[in-house]
Amino acid sequence: MSGFLALLRRDLMLAVREGSALGTALGFYLMVVAMLPLGLGPDLKLLSRIAPGVLWIALLLAALLSLPRMFEADHEDGSLEVMATAPLPLELAVAAKALAHWISTGIPLALMAPILGLMLNLELALTPALVATMLAGTPAVSFLGSIGAALTLKARRGGLLLALLVLPLYVPTLIFGISTIGFASVGQDGFAASLLVLMAVSVASIAVAPVAAAAALRLQVS
Amino acid sequence: MQLHADNLTVERGTRTVIANLTFTANAGEALLLTGPNGAGKTTLIRTIAGFIAPLSGKIALKGDVGDRNISELCHYVGHLTGVKANLTAEQNLAFWAEYLGGKESRAIAERVDDALDAFGLLALADYPAGLLSAGQKRRLGLARLMVAERPIWLLDEPTVSLDAASTTLLAGLIQRHIANQGLVIAATHLPLGLEQPSYLCLGSAAPATDGPREGAAP
Repeated sequence: MSGFLALLRRDLMLAVREGSALGTALGFYLMVVAMLPLGLGPDLKLLSRIAPGVLWIALLLAALLSLPRMFEADHEDGSLEVMATAPLPLELAVAAKALAHWISTGIPLALMAPILGLMLNLELALTPALVATMLAGTPAVSFLGSIGAALTLKARRGGLLLALLVLPLYVPTLIFGISTIGFASVGQDGFAASLLVLMAVSVASIAVAPVAAAAALRLQVS
Repeated sequence: MQLHADNLTVERGTRTVIANLTFTANAGEALLLTGPNGAGKTTLIRTIAGFIAPLSGKIALKGDVGDRNISELCHYVGHLTGVKANLTAEQNLAFWAEYLGGKESRAIAERVDDALDAFGLLALADYPAGLLSAGQKRRLGLARLMVAERPIWLLDEPTVSLDAASTTLLAGLIQRHIANQGLVIAATHLPLGLEQPSYLCLGSAAPATDGPREGAAP
């Protein structure tokens, strides 16, 4: 277990020192959301209605940008091979790295959403629900993303391939994320149930994705 | 402890790199792999480390190893150093000490300090590893051997970019490791200056010039 924490700590420290991954993701998120009202015109009602969906989709795309780096650096400098000889199973190493990705990218993106919501005239009353769905849903984004990152590790310019592989896997998270906000906006009882399904998607991803990603990494190392 | 490879055949892509190789290496022995480029030295080391599955044959450990496999008992030092440019030399080693360590009795900080000292990196401990020279990075990568106790050392061209003094130092460490009943398997073109190494010459049967180079992706 100390290996898991050591890897988590190292990856978070590297994320802070390198900084570029988070900066790119946050900057991309800001740009996409800021350009939308320019494209659609200043129709406040329209913006307000589509705000949750836009914020969610832009968040997925922004997170996608930072996914290729998840294993790339460790592969390039040879750390990945050394990790394959550690007492910690590669599955748990993947889990530690995906968790570090969630903490260093998923959480900051989710926390940035309410600020961007202001630009889209998102109802203030919906902001807590929006952040709650994003915090509940983004673990799935990082963990499912680890599968794509592991599969495309050696592919030249694998970023596009990664998007094609991973975006379909994000559909359940997106559907339940949006429906949860929908329940919150009309004040129905379904909010809690929908949020729980969203969490279940994340929990299932946490359970399944490391196994798949570790299998892909073993192939990449050989 | 004894490492025994039995009738080992390994393919890379469609090329048979290692064919029907049988050898035995005992604890307290340094086995040097020699042979021309493309002879399969790297492939053999990576197969022993468990990264590549052999086409046929097997590698087995005999002796008092419990239920651990070769991967968990070996240090693998390959062409890449496994050094993070944005961490200091000390942080790099401390991470590997914690990540690779098992039941060592000494504290991590103590092991890291000793390893840095042994490789002459103590003065550079707080420098970001990205600012180190190629030889210093290589020494930092090799210092990993000392922060976690493992009986098998798999070294792939460990002397690349090392100066003469560091090569002598590495030879001394290998000598000490085998005196402690460790096993060292190293691919090398240089005689390391070891006292009584065994040699395994690869690729003498098949011409090594045709087909893709060693280590090339399939």
